[in-house]
Amino acid sequence: MTTRTTTTDAPKPLSAALVVFATSIVAVLIVVPLVAVFAEAFSGGPVAWWQALAHDPDTRHAIWLSLTVAPIAVAINTVFGIAAAWLVARFRFPGRSLLITLFDVPFSVSPVVAGLALVLIFGRQGLLGPTLAWLDWKVIFSWPGLVLATTFVTLPLVVRELIPVMEAIGPEEEMAAVSLGASGWQVFWRVTLPNIRWALLHGVVLANARAMGEFGAVYVVSGHIAGATDTMPLRVEKLFQEYRQPASMAVASVLAGLALVTLVVKFVIEHRLHAEARELELARSTDGTTHDATPGRAGA
Amino acid sequence: MSIHIRDISKSFGSFRALDRVSLDVPDGTLLALLGPSGSGKTTLLRIIAGLEFPDEGLIEEDGEDITERHARAREVGFVFQHYALFRHMNVFENVAFGLRVRKVPKAEVTARVDELLRLVRLEGLGGRKPSLLSGGQRQRVALARALAIRPKILLLDEPFGALDAKVRVELRQWLRRLHDEIGMTSVFVTHDQEEAFELADDVVVMNHGHIEQQGTPDQVFDQPATPFVMDFLGNVNVYHGRVENGRAFWHGIPIDYPDYPHAQARDARVYLRPHELDITPATSVASRPGTSLPASVLRVTRSGAITRVACRPHGSETELHVDLPTDTARTLTLEPGTAVSITPRRARVFLPGPEYVI
Repeated sequence: MTTRTTTTDAPKPLSAALVVFATSIVAVLIVVPLVAVFAEAFSGGPVAWWQALAHDPDTRHAIWLSLTVAPIAVAINTVFGIAAAWLVARFRFPGRSLLITLFDVPFSVSPVVAGLALVLIFGRQGLLGPTLAWLDWKVIFSWPGLVLATTFVTLPLVVRELIPVMEAIGPEEEMAAVSLGASGWQVFWRVTLPNIRWALLHGVVLANARAMGEFGAVYVVSGHIAGATDTMPLRVEKLFQEYRQPASMAVASVLAGLALVTLVVKFVIEHRLHAEARELELARSTDGTTHDATPGRAGA
Repeated sequence: MSIHIRDISKSFGSFRALDRVSLDVPDGTLLALLGPSGSGKTTLLRIIAGLEFPDEGLIEEDGEDITERHARAREVGFVFQHYALFRHMNVFENVAFGLRVRKVPKAEVTARVDELLRLVRLEGLGGRKPSLLSGGQRQRVALARALAIRPKILLLDEPFGALDAKVRVELRQWLRRLHDEIGMTSVFVTHDQEEAFELADDVVVMNHGHIEQQGTPDQVFDQPATPFVMDFLGNVNVYHGRVENGRAFWHGIPIDYPDYPHAQARDARVYLRPHELDITPATSVASRPGTSLPASVLRVTRSGAITRVACRPHGSETELHVDLPTDTARTLTLEPGTAVSITPRRARVFLPGPEYVI
């Protein structure tokens, strides 16, 4: 059980000062900028906002591209994340700790570096350049490059979310399912997935938010071709550079709106996750004392 | 369904969990695998279930080799130590799982699950989530779930380990009756000798990946094959002694040991169970050299129906523990310092060395 401790012995002036300090940091760094984005976006009224988004074909394309690239990257990461988390949580093998550390590389490497690395491999002068040219596949300066870059930067989010949950649940339920005759797929769909569903959804939501907002890595591989490889964040930057601030802020407000939606969804999921964790703890508790009716003589 | 296990070995890295284990479980037997943690009993159970595979050796069911057969195809009911109920499913769906994955028609599933919930006395709780059940109820759901697939063998891993003492005893007796009614070959793992002796037809004592002894509870308790079995099954007083000409001596008291008829004396160990020692007042006629041992009482501790008496034999530094029925202890009026004489009703002798490892 979680025990909540309330420290009441801190001197009143100190705690009041801390509250004011924290609140002002949140206000200055988070609330005010967010409000400013929306204020600027809607400064010409909702009609102008809508026109800025819908009547500019390049902006329309950017929104469409983001809504395509992000789900593909998230889908890849979902499949990879489940497989990798299962591997790490269920098996002990040499290099396991190294693998877990490697999952975090995208968090520690600058996205720009990640983008450049992809150019080095998939670019025309890159390692796979000749092969790709022969196949007539375009990766860099095209949507596959965007997917690769986005997948790279969001890679840790799903797997990192699943590993602790899978480890906490343990392999027993899966083994029980196997001994009851379930096939590998049946075990996955009927036991594993339902048990990790909230953690998975949490990872997916975070990965999606990150994928939508990714700038650095995508910037390098996209070649920023308006109407072709510009995603929403790239479009925001381009419009801003072209001194079209209201249009820029309109697109930015869509991104910010997505972030707010993510926040709400995340809050709901986290609530569920806490409930499941409590349930797991309850299931582990060795009570057996609560109103345990004596089993009578077995019939049948 | 009978189980035959031949020379099974299993290692985890450098740890040898099972070392050439052979075991026969006759059809319809309720067998206990008894041993301390790390003795390999759970590994053996999992190998029978097909949840682990042996490095070498053979498992047969009714003469059919199933060593390589996957757990899914073995038709074995397995009850896990911590139940391993599917947390997101209610009781009904937990029990129905094995039937659902076999695509059994819905009406048949409902009928079978209802029947099983009646059998384990959980009718009316089908809609509950496992987290809302008590430990004993969860254990019965796990049992019903394992029985749903009509297994040929029922395997239980520490089935009562996580329950409190009272529920454990009730559930144990209930399981014995259930086994007698269904008559299925069953194997359960336990580290609790009382549980093994009360429940099982056959007890297998394991230690360090091998079997020390297999036999009925009486055989194992009365004729322990090795010092380990002697030691593991209850408290014991251990003394170093000598053995020669078919007899060992404990403080001058001879103990028959026909297994060593040689004249050359050899080191031996004498094992005395505390409840197989008698205490008489030192003045009694029974107290004479050669059959009893003079000693003085150090402590008297009452523990329910048994009173534990710690004594020190005269001329010895080692404590000797004697368990008496509390009523007997009362009539003797034992106090620290009381002079008594101690008579062994029974003693066992083991020669040190590996020849006593089966």
